Amino acid sequence: MNNDPISSPHAHDHSSVSRIMGHVCLALVPCTVFGFYLFGFPAVNLWIITVATAIFCEILCLRLMGYPIRQVFDGSAMLTGWILALSLPPWAPWWIGFVGSIIAIGVGKQLYGGIGQNVFNPAMLARVVLLISFPVHLTTWPVPETSFFATSFSDSLAITFGYLPISDSMTGATALGQFKTELASQVAMADSIQQSLTMADTLLGFSPGSLGETSALLILLGGCWLLAMRVISWHIPVSMLATVAALALLFNSIDPDRYVGISFHLFTGSLLLGAFFIATDYVTSPASKKGQLLFGAGCGALSYIIRTWGGYPEGISFAILFMNALTPLIDAWLRPRIYGRKLDGKPKTYPSPEDSANANASSLSKAGSEPS
Amino acid sequence: MWLSLFRGGVHPDGFKELSATEAIRQLPLPSQLNLPLRQHAGTESLPVVEVGETVLKGQLIGRAGRGLSAPLHAPTSGQITHIGPIVAAHPSGGNTRGITIEPDGKDTPLASMGWTGSGQHEISDSNALLEDKLQHIFAQAPEVLAKRLADAGIVGMGGASFPSAVKLSMASHQSINTLIINGGECEPYLTSDDRLMQERSQAIVLGARFIQHIIKAPAIAIVIEDNKSDAIAAMTIASADYEDIEVITVPTRYPMGSAKQMIQAVTKKEVPAGSRSTEVGVLVHNVATAHAIYQCLTENRPLISRIVTLSGGAIAQPQNVEALIGTPIRHLIEHGGGLKEAPSRLLMGGPMMGQIMPTDQAPLIKGAGGVLALLEKEINDTHRSPCIRCGRCVEACPMGLMPLEIANHSRAQNFEGAVDYGLADCLLCGSCAYICPSHIPLVHYFQYAKGEISRQKANQKRTDYTRELSANRRQRQEQEAAAKAAAKAAKAKRRKRKTEKTN
Repeated sequence: MNNDPISSPHAHDHSSVSRIMGHVCLALVPCTVFGFYLFGFPAVNLWIITVATAIFCEILCLRLMGYPIRQVFDGSAMLTGWILALSLPPWAPWWIGFVGSIIAIGVGKQLYGGIGQNVFNPAMLARVVLLISFPVHLTTWPVPETSFFATSFSDSLAITFGYLPISDSMTGATALGQFKTELASQVAMADSIQQSLTMADTLLGFSPGSLGETSALLILLGGCWLLAMRVISWHIPVSMLATVAALALLFNSIDPDRYVGISFHLFTGSLLLGAFFIATDYVTSPASKKGQLLFGAGCGALSYIIRTWGGYPEGISFAILFMNALTPLIDAWLRPRIYGRKLDGKPKTYPSPEDSANANASSLSKAGSEPS
Repeated sequence: MWLSLFRGGVHPDGFKELSATEAIRQLPLPSQLNLPLRQHAGTESLPVVEVGETVLKGQLIGRAGRGLSAPLHAPTSGQITHIGPIVAAHPSGGNTRGITIEPDGKDTPLASMGWTGSGQHEISDSNALLEDKLQHIFAQAPEVLAKRLADAGIVGMGGASFPSAVKLSMASHQSINTLIINGGECEPYLTSDDRLMQERSQAIVLGARFIQHIIKAPAIAIVIEDNKSDAIAAMTIASADYEDIEVITVPTRYPMGSAKQMIQAVTKKEVPAGSRSTEVGVLVHNVATAHAIYQCLTENRPLISRIVTLSGGAIAQPQNVEALIGTPIRHLIEHGGGLKEAPSRLLMGGPMMGQIMPTDQAPLIKGAGGVLALLEKEINDTHRSPCIRCGRCVEACPMGLMPLEIANHSRAQNFEGAVDYGLADCLLCGSCAYICPSHIPLVHYFQYAKGEISRQKANQKRTDYTRELSANRRQRQEQEAAAKAAAKAAKAKRRKRKTEKTN
């Protein structure tokens, strides 16, 4: 694009794409660091491999397409890799992160034409491809460790590079997974959930799960940072969470044995991570506020449906991808109302000034006549 | 009054403190004044003077052209040295038709002009004399006053430069509830209206009262952004005697000074698309226009000068000056503030909607409230990157448009799509481009698309006209042929009858 100054405005608010991406990365730091603490060196290895591959793949693609390499500094590739890493099982082998990042950046983003052009969220696309292709690796959840150094660095390399099999004793099920299995085996659900899960554990995040999804509190902290920095608006997260909450409340009140309650739905799994960090991805979500509300509600409803009646215990990534596909349609339908026009685009009409003047005059004369 | 606001908008850094405390100064006469014949919406004015002629201050030098237009007056006394192409106050840096005056330095006014001073005093007349004049003015019919404004070349001084008399006479046919005097001045850096309100509040109030008299509005609202507390105080004092004048403080938010947004903020009504503000019973005039109207009616002074802010990071001493229309930018800057650094961009108008001046020879025009010399860091025009669809432009658009979609369609030459997304409603206010994190020149795309559409329309009109002409011609030919054939047939018939008779 040429940089000849031609048109106004001749001022700018100093925002930039890299600053936005930087804010998002900053907001991800708390839950990421907590994930490292929880799952030890293997999680760090996975994060480094995933992020590095994403950046490397971005540079390669930019080069192949003849775009300026400096575009990599916008930070979007790093963010994509980061979010993908957070959505993976923390002890996944190196090639899961490597292949995932290549799918995310190469296929999910650059094949569409680069930043801003992709239809689907690249990280979610990659995660779903991995989940379908390598279901075992994508559902092996290590149990949180007692300390960061519980797994030594050399052991972590063995785990990451796949020559130390993860024994069953080291793994467990996610809360959602457990719920799904037990529902299938007809165990009275209310008991099982209450046994396995305390509220404090879910909020703080001492439970099995993806690298970055476990701590509801820290994700909320990051989400609030994004809201405060006005990187995201409240529309998508609030409508998404509210929809899930409303559905959970509804079905839980109908049959508490089959349907878990609100807090379980809101604070387990990747709902919060998805609502604040993934569904809010600019490129793949609607640009208008009305569209964003619908988009969030759709993500929430689909997540609930997949979690409750679908074949997978967790459905956030599917729900978001599905709504991504609808985004262009939503954007075409739900445009903001234009100033001076009605919703259908026809000019606004008011009673003519004469009428309103007459109305004023009559009300005045009425007011004037009252005292007499 | 409870204020609703308008949708969207942005909060650019004001930089008003640079010049807000600087009282309006007078400048020495420049060695040359270049007056473009078209400084207003509509057609060029037509020169009524010859090269070599001597003119007096306030003398008519260009009469209004056909249709929508405005006349032009000599800002000072001197000699006409050139009529023809002069440097335009336009980003192209090209030429426009205009008149050049070489001032004689005496500044001799026309005998009819009452006010000759340099604006040191807000109101030069004694109270008794002013009362006399006011009585005389208010006794005149609105049409007479409007005609005087038209003859004085007064145009909207807030930027659009629409001939004021036309606006007033259009409004006088409709009932107006409120006359809004626009003291918003939402553009960063500009303080000319602010200073005008502080220093000449009484003149503005009287000007507003004249407008009120012409359009028969029951109430006047003087609307000022809340970052101009001194102006608010001055205008409140000046209007205290009039019960039908209210000074309304509105929050500082760009583009508050846009008539549509100001109407919405004050009356909670939106001007229907395709209509004028009179549709909702409101007429908006800028404070500087009200001041010019005061000068015209009480002093017989045509629009020959205006208050201009000289500011920006490259100006050594930012200030406000009263400058003659036609003064070259170079003269304004040299004698009003001076440069401390080479500017990276010269602007006429504010940074949000102002235009780049490629040369400092460009003249000051009636609609320009400021001349800015900006540095690179103030413009912050860094590398552009692709759109990430963040939707900030949608949030910021005061008109409720989706700028990203309009820009996409414009760039793809799909002008129908751009219009479908509301291009025609776009104000070109620049809020979207101001907040775009990808630094996409959205307004540039809109201007391009608007230009292309009007070009296509003009072409279409021409083709239609040609087609109509050729259709007419064919019809005429057919008619002629038919007439000929009929004549022939009649002749044959006659001949036949003749032969029958003879037989």
